[in-house]
Amino acid sequence: MSESPAKPTAITGAEIFVRCLQEEGVDIVFGYPGGAVLHIYDALYRQEKVAHILVRHEQGAVHAAEGYAKSSNKCGVALVTSGPGATNAVTGIADAYMDSVPLVVFSGQVPTHLIGNDAFQEVDTVGITRPCVKHNFLVKDVADLATTIKKAFYVATTGRPGPVVVDIPKDVTAQTCVFEYPKQIRMRSYNPTTRGHGGQIRKALELILSAKKPMLYTGGGIILGQASEALTEFTRKLGYPITNTLMGLGGFPASDPQFLGMLGMHGTYEANMAMHYTDVLIAIGARFDDRVTGNIEKFCPYAKIVHVDVDPASISKNVKVDVPIVGQVEPVLREMIRELESMKQQPDQEALAAWWKQIEEWRAKDCLKFDSESPIIKPQMVVQKLWELTGGDAIVTSDVGQHQMWAAQFYRFDKPNRWINSGGLGTMGVGLPFAMGAQFAFPDETVACVTGEASIQMCIQELSTCLQYQLPIKIVNLNNRYLGMVRQWQEFFYQGRYAMSYMDALPDFVKLAESYGHVGMRIEQPGDVEGALREALAMKDRLVFLDFITDQTENVYPMIPAGAGQNEMILV
Amino acid sequence: MRHIISLLLENEAGALSRVSGLFSARGYNIESLTVAPTDDPSLSRMTIVTNGSEEIIEQITKQLNKLIDVVRLIDLTLHRHIEREMMMVKIKVAEAAQREEAKRLTDIFRGNIVDVSQDTYVVELTGHGSKLDSFLEALRDFSVMEVVRSGVMGIARGEVALHL
Repeated sequence: MSESPAKPTAITGAEIFVRCLQEEGVDIVFGYPGGAVLHIYDALYRQEKVAHILVRHEQGAVHAAEGYAKSSNKCGVALVTSGPGATNAVTGIADAYMDSVPLVVFSGQVPTHLIGNDAFQEVDTVGITRPCVKHNFLVKDVADLATTIKKAFYVATTGRPGPVVVDIPKDVTAQTCVFEYPKQIRMRSYNPTTRGHGGQIRKALELILSAKKPMLYTGGGIILGQASEALTEFTRKLGYPITNTLMGLGGFPASDPQFLGMLGMHGTYEANMAMHYTDVLIAIGARFDDRVTGNIEKFCPYAKIVHVDVDPASISKNVKVDVPIVGQVEPVLREMIRELESMKQQPDQEALAAWWKQIEEWRAKDCLKFDSESPIIKPQMVVQKLWELTGGDAIVTSDVGQHQMWAAQFYRFDKPNRWINSGGLGTMGVGLPFAMGAQFAFPDETVACVTGEASIQMCIQELSTCLQYQLPIKIVNLNNRYLGMVRQWQEFFYQGRYAMSYMDALPDFVKLAESYGHVGMRIEQPGDVEGALREALAMKDRLVFLDFITDQTENVYPMIPAGAGQNEMILV
Repeated sequence: MRHIISLLLENEAGALSRVSGLFSARGYNIESLTVAPTDDPSLSRMTIVTNGSEEIIEQITKQLNKLIDVVRLIDLTLHRHIEREMMMVKIKVAEAAQREEAKRLTDIFRGNIVDVSQDTYVVELTGHGSKLDSFLEALRDFSVMEVVRSGVMGIARGEVALHL
């Protein structure tokens, strides 16, 4: 009797899940197990290609996946269980949505026959996450699992990136099916634009070259679109001034004299004044966020605006633009450079020289100066020293608040993907898990987490994860015993009524770090800052928690108060 | 300004809530919303009547287009189009005179009496929303027991068509 041809063997949904990750080239998953994902964890256990990192809280898993994605430009992956696993992940998912981070989050779900029955650890994950995902899926049949996962990675990483949630009921991970991973995916309802419209590009360039007071304003789209080289070439070719948003820092080298620093609420005087007086604003991969524009009525009153963005919905959302270009920023910039070279028209050098003269006058105000002789540690000085000692080359994460602004102002990023923070959602607690993700992506690089004593406590449990995986992160805690940014607003706008902004009953961070098996240092004198940082940076294989006791009264300057225009800054 | 936006969307669980969720999350106004599967069972057609400035309407169409489940979209207000709404009204007609008057009004408005009981009629009427409003106005001497309106649906005139 002849043998029948070998039939492809069916494998379980859990095994399909793992095979899909392998096919996608996923090398690391951040997660936390639970009942609904036990089959998946068993399948992960029985293979070696995909590493799983056990965090201490699901929020940490998603933030770590974000940190991994933001530093490496790869898609981050997180895995959580149903119910509380999924709800704990929501903050991270919303954070990734606001900052357009490519992420696929897998959540377990109760078995299909129990969905809707208020089963143990059941929550409507697809419903809860719908407003803060690029897309989400509930997989009801194992036959759809591989295609759905393929779609999830495709949607998360193309166009304007964002988080995609795939909710997988437990029975689907037990059912079997023949595994076949689709080579390509086509979705009739999803076709992101890549190349910009040629006519619009020419029109934009004519406007750009006619400018007397041009200004480039670029954002996180440059980082996500891997366009910083093209942007740098384009900007240098034009000789125009440039500012970056909080999310766009590193998109253009901060050490280049054409760079005016960050703009916005705590941006530099020269960047905001140049924004106010520019006659042609060139916005690339930026979204005219309210922290950037200040009072929208007073925003760029003299400017014609060119806006390049991959997301058509970002164009003319907050500010009406004159020449919109929908497309990926990298190819659009490349085409602009090519066009520029073939055009006869050149920038108006005389007007440009006068514009630069004006800008230099603004720059001479030295708006970021601080008292460097202070007998109390100034937080700005700590960041500045960190910048000097790491040669401006570390990966720096931050949490949210004053320290975030000081990190953005005083660590001068010359490269993209080195500055990792939560811009859109403004999530306290991201700094440490972001740093974990970045350190996993770049095990040999220096990763520093600039944080404050309030933010760090929001994901402090991840110190345990850092011990388990020997992550040599340097935590730079700017400890002013206050929710600094809240305190600053209360000082300015609530006559100094410091409601709930004082951080009482702080732990001894040195002992805390030590109890997690790390090195802790407490630094109280300005003269000890540099030495402590040097010592910490030299410990290549240890996490060091540097607790800097800083000036409690220090405020972030300059500042555009709410409702004011960009030319109405409070300087020191 | 009032706009009628028609969409083709994937006929999948959750597609409707993605659209309605978008409107509530971004504070857009919905005057009416109708949805049903099309001749292609993989697609639903939705008609949304909304209000807003040109900037808001532009954002609404862009945000709708951004939803992964939305396949095609048309703002019917920008084209010559037909809009219709259907209504059913249950009225008390206990006396013969009332029955006669109800029949007369129904004929004038080109409606149909589609259910008759001892004391009630159900009148079915199709047309522009303002015609339905007028009919209700004409019924002011009747005891109206129940009104159900479908919400607006619409289609462009001539060659313009919303299809794959």
